[in-house]
Amino acid sequence: MPKIHRLARGVAVVGAGMSAFGVFAQKSSRDLFVEAFKDLRASVDQGLDPACIESLFIGNFSSDLFEHQGHLAPHLADAVGLTPRPATRVEDACASGGVALRQGVMAIAAGLADVVLVGGAERMTRLPTAEVTDTLATAGDTLFETPAGFTFPGFYAAMASAYMHQYGMKAEHLMHVAVKNHNNGAVNPKAQFGQTIADWMQGRITSARQKNKPVPAWADVLDFLHDEAANPTIAWPLRLFDCSPITDGAACLLLVAAERAGEFTDHPLHLIGSGQASDAPLHDRVSLTGLRAAQAAAHEAYRMAGVGPADVRIAEVHDCFTIAEVIATEDLGFFAPGTGYGMAEDGVTARDGARPINTSGGLKSKGHPVGASGVAQAVEVWKQLRGEAGARQVPGDVSLALTHNVGGTGNTAVVHIFERRA
Amino acid sequence: MSDRPFTAASFDLFLGEGRLMATRCTGCATLHLPPRAICPTCFGESLEWVETSGRGTLAAFTAIAIGPAAMQAAGYGRDNPYCSGIVALEEGVTISALILGVDARRPENIHIGQRLVVGFEPITGRTVLAFRPA
Ligand SMILES: [Zn+2]
Repeated sequence: MPKIHRLARGVAVVGAGMSAFGVFAQKSSRDLFVEAFKDLRASVDQGLDPACIESLFIGNFSSDLFEHQGHLAPHLADAVGLTPRPATRVEDACASGGVALRQGVMAIAAGLADVVLVGGAERMTRLPTAEVTDTLATAGDTLFETPAGFTFPGFYAAMASAYMHQYGMKAEHLMHVAVKNHNNGAVNPKAQFGQTIADWMQGRITSARQKNKPVPAWADVLDFLHDEAANPTIAWPLRLFDCSPITDGAACLLLVAAERAGEFTDHPLHLIGSGQASDAPLHDRVSLTGLRAAQAAAHEAYRMAGVGPADVRIAEVHDCFTIAEVIATEDLGFFAPGTGYGMAEDGVTARDGARPINTSGGLKSKGHPVGASGVAQAVEVWKQLRGEAGARQVPGDVSLALTHNVGGTGNTAVVHIFERRA
Repeated sequence: MSDRPFTAASFDLFLGEGRLMATRCTGCATLHLPPRAICPTCFGESLEWVETSGRGTLAAFTAIAIGPAAMQAAGYGRDNPYCSGIVALEEGVTISALILGVDARRPENIHIGQRLVVGFEPITGRTVLAFRPA
């Protein structure tokens, strides 16, 4: 067994904020980041004088291609008045935000800073969908995977095919994951999709009536999701409602040395575990039904924190596709391999279930501005552990939470564990 | 058998010649596909090119309706989906490839484990690795 690494000093989260997630033609990533920063500022119980911030780490996948703006970190620092402090962009595809968080943790634990602003931002909708698909595909192996025609939905669809073959999962099991995450997003005011899939279906029916068009005769939500016209196949077996959307958004967190947390709040979250790992392209792995990097990152985070999967009360996991949530909950040890696929249908992962997953709505419903997603996961944890999640607050004592953020097809995975003490 | 450098460009050159080439570590005999310049098993730097059998089975697949620009330019799309897959070769290595000669409109008729044989397909001006049912 490798040595258990521990943080050289404690790190606490004392503030968290995010922009609205959605499609905003008039907002640059800078505007989105300013919005998230103002939300964070309002979240610091004893107020925040931004002058105390010493360093910034910004998760961003591809501002270069998405909005023709490289070198994003100093521009974001400048937008919130924080130059000349060091500002570093962190890029690990869709795990950029989670890895930026880890960089912030490392800076504090190493004693290089006491107060760090961690951010994530991505403006994606400026490009047409086909170019977004091509840009996201650059997170895969452009030498050996792209020529085979793989897209990101395609990669996860291939994993789903292997999982279905090995464990007998049906496409309908994945539909229950989408239904559950949209149920959560419907009560998240910051989510891109503020409606359940039932609301969505009803909207289509109402619209057909108003336009005097034939009214679809869907018996229920599953019937709607089985309808190829309403829920078209993107990459078999994944359909539109199995995929996270294209999103503009930003999020940020204020990290401080734990011994200084009291200057900011009496209710900090302690960051007690951090793990990260990498992996080869999908075709070069022993298993196609689990992500080795996620398993390794989780193992490292659990060992650092001195806790196990059973101790985790809620988790935000990287559901870029519905199958990804199923695989994540198995990689994290919540469910045995080959059993995770039934948990949404059985209500286990619902807000009032035994193991709530993606109470924010997840990437699926909250939206997935790729470089911001890993940070926004921690924003949800901040709200849930402090009892501030409003209509989506998980009942009971919620004191330990986990975030799981994946880049590419699992080429990067990063896991963090947060604890509220008393 | 070849002194070409261990690069993707060499791999593509072999594909154009109708050969699916892997590398083998002369130190520990591990086979690598795609080819590698350093062996991840023993970190050895002494490699050789080896031609594969080109025979394998389908390990995972998808039928893609919304493809990247290159595939759309080749005529694929919602009305003409294509199949991408991961193929496990007899030699024990795996690779991403286009799967041709199957009906991507009927993915329920494509089966994990089905036997495949290598092909070399011109797609938008380059030779792309493809497999077909054996
Ligand atoms: Zn070797």
